[in-house]
Amino acid sequence: MLVGEQLAFRYPRHDWILRDFEIAIAPGEVVGLFGPSGFGKTTLSKLLAGYLTPTQGRVIVDNSPLPDRGCCPVQLIFQNPELTVNPRWRIGKILAEKQMPDRFLLDALGIHPGWLDRYPHELSGGELQRIAVARVLNPATRYLIADEMTAMLDANTQALIWRMVLDYARSQNLGLLVVSHEAALIKRVCDRAIDLVQVSALI
Amino acid sequence: MLSVQNLGITFTMYDRGLTQKQLTVITQLDLDVKAGEVVAIVGASGSGKSLLAHAILGILPDNAKVSGKIFFKGELLTPQRSSNLRGKSIALIPQSIGYLDPLMQVGRQVQRTAQLSGLSQSAAKAAVARTFDRYGLAPIVQRLYPFQLSGGMARRVLVSTAVVSQAELVIADEPTPGLHPDVVKETLNHLRELASEGKGVILITHDIEAALQIADRVAVFYAGTTIEIAHAQDFPSGKIRHPYTQALWRSLPQNEFIPISGSQPSPDALPEGCLFSDRCPWVTPECLLDRPPFLQVRGAPVRCIHAGR
Repeated sequence: MLVGEQLAFRYPRHDWILRDFEIAIAPGEVVGLFGPSGFGKTTLSKLLAGYLTPTQGRVIVDNSPLPDRGCCPVQLIFQNPELTVNPRWRIGKILAEKQMPDRFLLDALGIHPGWLDRYPHELSGGELQRIAVARVLNPATRYLIADEMTAMLDANTQALIWRMVLDYARSQNLGLLVVSHEAALIKRVCDRAIDLVQVSALI
Repeated sequence: MLSVQNLGITFTMYDRGLTQKQLTVITQLDLDVKAGEVVAIVGASGSGKSLLAHAILGILPDNAKVSGKIFFKGELLTPQRSSNLRGKSIALIPQSIGYLDPLMQVGRQVQRTAQLSGLSQSAAKAAVARTFDRYGLAPIVQRLYPFQLSGGMARRVLVSTAVVSQAELVIADEPTPGLHPDVVKETLNHLRELASEGKGVILITHDIEAALQIADRVAVFYAGTTIEIAHAQDFPSGKIRHPYTQALWRSLPQNEFIPISGSQPSPDALPEGCLFSDRCPWVTPECLLDRPPFLQVRGAPVRCIHAGR
């Protein structure tokens, strides 16, 4: 279970972005999260994946706090992959940072073997996003947070990546948090969804 | 207003060490835009959507070689001419506020655009005030810096830059990804309005749904080629012709969400025949011989020899 308890966050001397937020994602569950810009969707994603430390509250993953070293069992996939890779590394090295994904996975995501020798700027955004996805689908990952993962992709690539990620999540019993503006996508892939507007209205 | 004919773009790149190679990323690209019309360009990333915009604006890098022809208002668009016209007759609405100067108040930036397009300082000031008002931006917004804008405000500022320049052709490059549906709708409505005023609008997007909301016609790009130029209503009515266009439509989450596997061929390994042949459910041996020419099928051009069936 990935649990956020009483999560609250604000930057120093600014207003609260999130307050008293509760969330629990079970292994194998696909949860949607939607709401307008500025309601803290990305902040929540970063808190759950350990990129930010909550001002109050805590994040518990499978009964222990997030580890401060080694691979984090909660992995975050961002909207803009070009900001998440080392521009000086070739794709092959980026993919193998944890462990090289197997050939089957690369094929399923439509990753050409020829891309492995290239640098990130030599791939398009959609191509690079496949690399970012392949990189986190390894046994160390237990929960996956997709923050607008396919917002910049064409419909076919979007469906392709989601099919792949959902299949993988099901076979490995991963918990998934899907952050998106696209109601049709959330409806299509999620078991249940959280509407941040309603949550903040309750507080 | 704009006519792109058989455009090709080739880059000279370094391979290993000092050996150079030629990489042709755009072949047989065609498009035409009339005044008062919104033409959407949809396609996967890497299909040449942004490069076309860069070619029209004449801002391709030095290692690019262009073949084919672009006409703007009946005259050939040379690099010289597009450098004179851009920001004046042809304007770009960029993807994000990353294209604004982060250290300059947005009102001044928009005003500068207006002045560069030929307005006097006072006329430019008035144009900025008028345009901000039109898009519901309070006068105080003029004095904000880009990082202080919300996503929706940023969109409206970017649209303003194109509007104050009095351009006749407006190119919007991916104006909507990751935005809340209300903001998307608002941005698209602004583009539609520009077309109603008689401008030609090119909407570059990967989001078919967004495109269909406002476009008159939709050009589908695949691996650097225009494979179909459909009417917007052909999508919901099931008249779309090319198997790739149909696959795109089927793969929407509100439709079947079924993708076709694989990805578009990489520019250094393009097939001899139809570019879509390796993923196509209709493929026959004839498809592998030559690139299919444009055929008129059900009232619109499509590059598929089987589209008429």
